[in-house]
Amino acid sequence: RPWAGQICGPSMGFPGTEGLGGLLLTCRVLCPCAPLADAHILPSLLVFHLSRKVTSVVPESCLLILLGLGLGGIVLAVAKKPKYQLEPNMFFLFLLPPIVLDSGYFMPSRLFFDNIGAILTYAVVGTLWNSFTTGTALWGLHQAGLMADPGVEAGLMDFLLFGSLISAVDPVAVLAVFEEVHVNETLFIIVFGESLLNDAVTVVLYKVFNSFVELGPAHIHATDYVKGVASFFLVSLGGTAVGLLFAFLLALITRFTKRVRIIEPLFVFLLAYVAYLAAEMVSLSAILAVTFCGICCKKYVEANISQKSRTTVKYTMKTLASSSETIIFMFLGMSAVDTSKWTWDTALVLGTLFFILLFRAVGVVLQTYVLNRFRLIPLDRIDQVVMSYGGLRGAVAFALVILLDEAKVKAKDYFVATTIVVVFFTVIVQGLTIKPLVTWLKVKRSDHHKPTLNEELHEHAFDHILAAVEDIVGHHGYHYWRDKWEQFDKKYLSQLLMRKSAYKLRDEIWDVYYKLNIRDAISFVDQGGHVLSAAKLALPSMPSRTSMSESSVTNLLRESGSGACLDLQVIDTVRSRRDKEDAAMHHVLRGSLYKPRRRYKASYSRHFISPDKQERQDKEIFRQNMKRRLETFKSTKHNVCSSKSKARLKEKGRKKGIHPPYTPCVAAAPVLVTVSSDEEESDSSETEREDDEGIVFIARATDEVLQGKTTPGSLDVCPSPCIIPPSPTLAEKELPWKGDQADLAVYVSSETTKIVPVDMQKAWNQSISSLESIASPPGIETGAQHRRFARPMLEKQPQSASQATPEQISRFQFPSHISKSSRSKSDSSPEGVEQQELQPLMGTEEQGRGLPSAEHRRLAFSRASHI
Amino acid sequence: MCRMFQCYTEVNCDACRCLTDELFVVEHARTAILQPTREDFQRIPELAINPLGDRIINAFFPEGEDQVNFRGFMRTLAHFRPIEDNEKSKDQNGPEPLNSRSNKLHFAFRLYDLDKDDKISRDELLQVLRMMVGVNISDEQLGSIADRTIQEADQDGDCAISFAEFVKVLEKVDVEQKMSIRFLH
Repeated sequence: RPWAGQICGPSMGFPGTEGLGGLLLTCRVLCPCAPLADAHILPSLLVFHLSRKVTSVVPESCLLILLGLGLGGIVLAVAKKPKYQLEPNMFFLFLLPPIVLDSGYFMPSRLFFDNIGAILTYAVVGTLWNSFTTGTALWGLHQAGLMADPGVEAGLMDFLLFGSLISAVDPVAVLAVFEEVHVNETLFIIVFGESLLNDAVTVVLYKVFNSFVELGPAHIHATDYVKGVASFFLVSLGGTAVGLLFAFLLALITRFTKRVRIIEPLFVFLLAYVAYLAAEMVSLSAILAVTFCGICCKKYVEANISQKSRTTVKYTMKTLASSSETIIFMFLGMSAVDTSKWTWDTALVLGTLFFILLFRAVGVVLQTYVLNRFRLIPLDRIDQVVMSYGGLRGAVAFALVILLDEAKVKAKDYFVATTIVVVFFTVIVQGLTIKPLVTWLKVKRSDHHKPTLNEELHEHAFDHILAAVEDIVGHHGYHYWRDKWEQFDKKYLSQLLMRKSAYKLRDEIWDVYYKLNIRDAISFVDQGGHVLSAAKLALPSMPSRTSMSESSVTNLLRESGSGACLDLQVIDTVRSRRDKEDAAMHHVLRGSLYKPRRRYKASYSRHFISPDKQERQDKEIFRQNMKRRLETFKSTKHNVCSSKSKARLKEKGRKKGIHPPYTPCVAAAPVLVTVSSDEEESDSSETEREDDEGIVFIARATDEVLQGKTTPGSLDVCPSPCIIPPSPTLAEKELPWKGDQADLAVYVSSETTKIVPVDMQKAWNQSISSLESIASPPGIETGAQHRRFARPMLEKQPQSASQATPEQISRFQFPSHISKSSRSKSDSSPEGVEQQELQPLMGTEEQGRGLPSAEHRRLAFSRASHI
Repeated sequence: MCRMFQCYTEVNCDACRCLTDELFVVEHARTAILQPTREDFQRIPELAINPLGDRIINAFFPEGEDQVNFRGFMRTLAHFRPIEDNEKSKDQNGPEPLNSRSNKLHFAFRLYDLDKDDKISRDELLQVLRMMVGVNISDEQLGSIADRTIQEADQDGDCAISFAEFVKVLEKVDVEQKMSIRFLH
């Protein structure tokens, strides 16, 4: 495999891979039969190393375009005709909005408004300058006869139209490339902001020139120019206004979604998209609308919606945006394959490339010269180079050029070809080289560090200081207006648009503190392993935070769940979220599961800190077990004594297949069957209530059983980490046995008149011994029954809590019993069935006792019914 | 364009007029007659609603004095002059200009440091926090924020932020930009 060695070469240059390459080499030398294994390992390793190396050098957008080209080629080869174009409608209606919304919503608004002057200048003046100069220069080139191809039939207007669409810096391309380059924030926001805001200019110029081309140069009057200028203001300001309107609406709506948390994220996407469509419909600048909608609504929306919704919005937005981006670049590559759409003209292509680069650079230098006279921190030469070089063109230009009407614009095919080349050149060549360039020029990089409390606090102080100084000096500058705006926002807007609770807690310092807390908690969970408890959290590492009861780390952890990371950069480190959730689950499990005896002292948890907690657990388990026993005992009695008819009814119902008590809750279902019907009614309400409360032990037998099942089994019952099981009554709290005893005594005496336990322990022993003594001489009928039941029961043991089995058994049992219609048998058979149904429960609950004792009891019960 | 801060010792008539009509009455090119008092500052309505207003006013007045002359006023304002490119390189050995990064930070630091012991204690920090943070946040919460802030910055373990620690903690902040005002365009 010559290729393998070849690719191995560069990868071996990597530090750390030499050893690996050497290892592989020796591997191959040592074992001649290695090629088989080798053939598998080597390529995958190489791909791994290469992919890392490739993506560190080549931006994703380049790779995607190349991939698209490849795919397009394959499609072309297979289908014989080009398919899957980037449709302008699809692009503008579906692919572009998510990207713009994402960039608007996550725009660092402070930075954006700090540099708004520069951004607007570059976006408006720069784009105008670019399109006019490029258009005119190309026209000049054409006039000079340098475009050899006679097919290029275009006048000044056509060239200006082309200039307008080719000169706009593309937000998608800029974002894709600049996100990987990590230039400093100011530079990034200027280039990126420009690419977003120039949309209005592009749209207007494009439309104006398009209509001029349609009219023909002869029919254009002076008023048309005026209209063009007016429409610029209309389109840009109108788009912004639509965006602001919808941002307002969105913020207002999210204020009232407290009870429908689940649709909060939906509202965010929906309204932003509606803003886009509305602006698009009235041909205002849709990109501006969505951008401003995102920028302005964020503060209020984030404050209003729940933490989970915030996380959802964030990740959905990011996912949508990056999918759109992927699709756009792929389709750009695939569209380029379609040769039928484009016609090549070397002079036009080269001329365009040259002019857009030249005029971009000239425009940036000129504007920066002017801007620097007003800027606090002037943009230096290096910044200017990056800004001129970072003017990438992308899918917007492509979609616009495809939209041209071939009948009106004769040279459309040439323009398409040129646009494709320009887009490919800027994205691939400039995208590839901008990183080395940035490194070479030593452009100030941004360091993505998380905000510390100090920084936040002191920066706030700086703002106040500057505002105050401006006030003292009497100079109404930027800080003055910012301060005014903040006052206004605080007084009116926030009060109107934020929930009361959110507004109350709204403070940026507080926010940072909150974030820091969550981050700490996550990192703590990461390091601290699985046992997470309030006690531990409160202990040594963070003395400062425990004092705050309502915002302690534990609470935050519990409430905020996975939405812990709030700022963009943290997205990379979210790896820990998974761990955290695992830990939390583990924790809940630990907390709510009963401990095996040995482990009480070794492991600690919130529930069982002090030794008496251990007793409590014992009591709880004992109580539950005892009640369960009594319950089953009682139900058998109950059935025998009072409700034979009831049992019949039930049987009928069962035969018909009406099994109301069969709930999805696997283990509890059989238990519910045994409960007499009058109790069933209260059942549902009771369980519902208890779901909210965590663990409440009530003497009601059915609930008890239910509870006993659900506590260790399902996590849903106890979502909160702090389920210190409350006792039902005060009396019981103080004298645990008293309440229980009294309760039981009442209960038992009313239902099963035979047993009146004096003491629980006694009762237990008594019942066991009595049952066993009764069970020892098996009666004839019961013996027969025993044989009958033995098989299904044995079958059932392994698949402990399957719901189907008891049902099945009951079905095949009943006919025979009823047909026999011996009084004693018909009485005992439902009990038997019910015992059967209880079996899974007992089997799982009383692991210690196991099969024999259960059988004993069953026998005993059936016997007891005869008594 | 008047570049008064480059030569704040020379009072420039234009500069004064641009600067503060309220505070100074400039009759001659080189003399400022009226010396504004604390009350004059406090009368500025916007300052009354600035949470740090009083602290900043204090920063304009030299120790124990109730009046500020033009020279002192300018000297204070000079902290906020943006750093220009040509200044970065020149004059390495001379006295540090008032608008250097370190001086800007020191100005902010002094706002916290009331007792002038070159340390921001927990109490001092708490006072500033109380001013800057809304009433909705309880004292307890504020206390823990202060604790946390100090914990974050404190390196020598004295539960206070010294100036060195202050500078260290803000080293990533673009102070040159955030503590600068372009007064005159």
